[in-house]
Amino acid sequence: MQTIAIIDYGAGNTQSVKNALLRLNCKVLITSDAAVIRQADKVIFPGVGHAARALISLKATGLDALIPQLKQPVLGICLGMQLMCKHCEEGDSKGLEIFEGNVIKFDNQLKVPQIGWNQISNLKSELFNDIDENEFMYLVHSYFAPLNADTIATSTYGLKYASAMKKNNFYGVQFHPEKSGKVGAQLLKNFLEL
Amino acid sequence: MLTKRIIPCLDVKNGRTVKGINFKNLRDAGDPVELAKIYAEQGADELVFLDITATINQRKTMCNWVSEVAQALDIPFTVGGGISSVQDVEVLLKLGADKMAINSAAVKNPQLISEMSLAFGSQCVVVAADAKQIDNEWFIYLNGGTLKTKWRLFDWVKEAEQRGAGEILFTSMDHDGTKNGFALEALNKLNNLINIPIIASGGAGTMSHFKDAFQIGHADAALAASVFHFGEISIPELKQYLKNQKIAIRL
Repeated sequence: MQTIAIIDYGAGNTQSVKNALLRLNCKVLITSDAAVIRQADKVIFPGVGHAARALISLKATGLDALIPQLKQPVLGICLGMQLMCKHCEEGDSKGLEIFEGNVIKFDNQLKVPQIGWNQISNLKSELFNDIDENEFMYLVHSYFAPLNADTIATSTYGLKYASAMKKNNFYGVQFHPEKSGKVGAQLLKNFLEL
Repeated sequence: MLTKRIIPCLDVKNGRTVKGINFKNLRDAGDPVELAKIYAEQGADELVFLDITATINQRKTMCNWVSEVAQALDIPFTVGGGISSVQDVEVLLKLGADKMAINSAAVKNPQLISEMSLAFGSQCVVVAADAKQIDNEWFIYLNGGTLKTKWRLFDWVKEAEQRGAGEILFTSMDHDGTKNGFALEALNKLNNLINIPIIASGGAGTMSHFKDAFQIGHADAALAASVFHFGEISIPELKQYLKNQKIAIRL
């Protein structure tokens, strides 16, 4: 049985992610311990809340340096994905610089946050095995990563943006697979099978 | 495309759902977990649970069922009822709830909205606004519509938005229970006034009421209880109907 580490830095909906993984039968550890994270088969970097505050707590524990060095598959979810980008407009913070994108706020002509089920399209990764084009995922966010070289899925809210990214062993999704019903569960299953 | 959301609402008392539920093939009609799973399978986009006995003594019961629902449910859910501090919110979020509906506590202490939004992000702060019309003016009411406040609905939601609310759950007490449709005019006005999503509540009786809430009221989501609990409207049928009416819906 695989061991999955969910990084705990005080800004994640760690229990929801854990519940979703337990439904897929794996061993789950919610942890901020660098040694445990390094040894896990897979790592999930969740997140909800404010980017600048989250980065402060990552720095305080040294996790900001650890995450980019991880060698196993890593999946950033929502704020986790945003923090893996170059820069976050929220609080004007430098990100972990794994992905290309500079995360910016949605246009104020739109209702912000975007809350609800939106489609994912232009799917380009084994992360989306057995998931159809234009399937629905649950999203809740005010900031987004514009389309960039690392984009592996797009969604549209006012404009087309990157709703998933990949670079080497790092994956990031703006949506919440742990809250996206059967389709979300399939994505997590795909991640476990990497 | 972002879709409109259909949200069944369940009242919970002492860890059991109340108000009567009439489902076939249900082992235990009072179990929030059983019901949550059924609604998720039927295609509900989200669920709202309101704990109507939430007092300090009831906290433990509330934590138990929230935790069980979170383990079983793979769609988002909101918890409301008696939430009055950042500590309350922290506990419930940690158990796996996604959003918190706050009502009386926010009106009594609007600073709570700011504190919650700062601590956990605006995405988890749902301000529930119960309102009634008096001489053509909408006023915010508390305690299930028994206590009138000085707040006018439109001023209050503006205040809530500015303080960091992520969503407004607007219940028209004039429409609630009538099954005559949602408060379309007020919804439309709210939609023009604020820039955060609005959940329409109160008055659902037919499938066309939902269509009107989205097309005329421009609501982002519509919430209902009894029409779903008693099987008067089935969620799969409702969603297919709305899709046929050219409304963006997840099937």
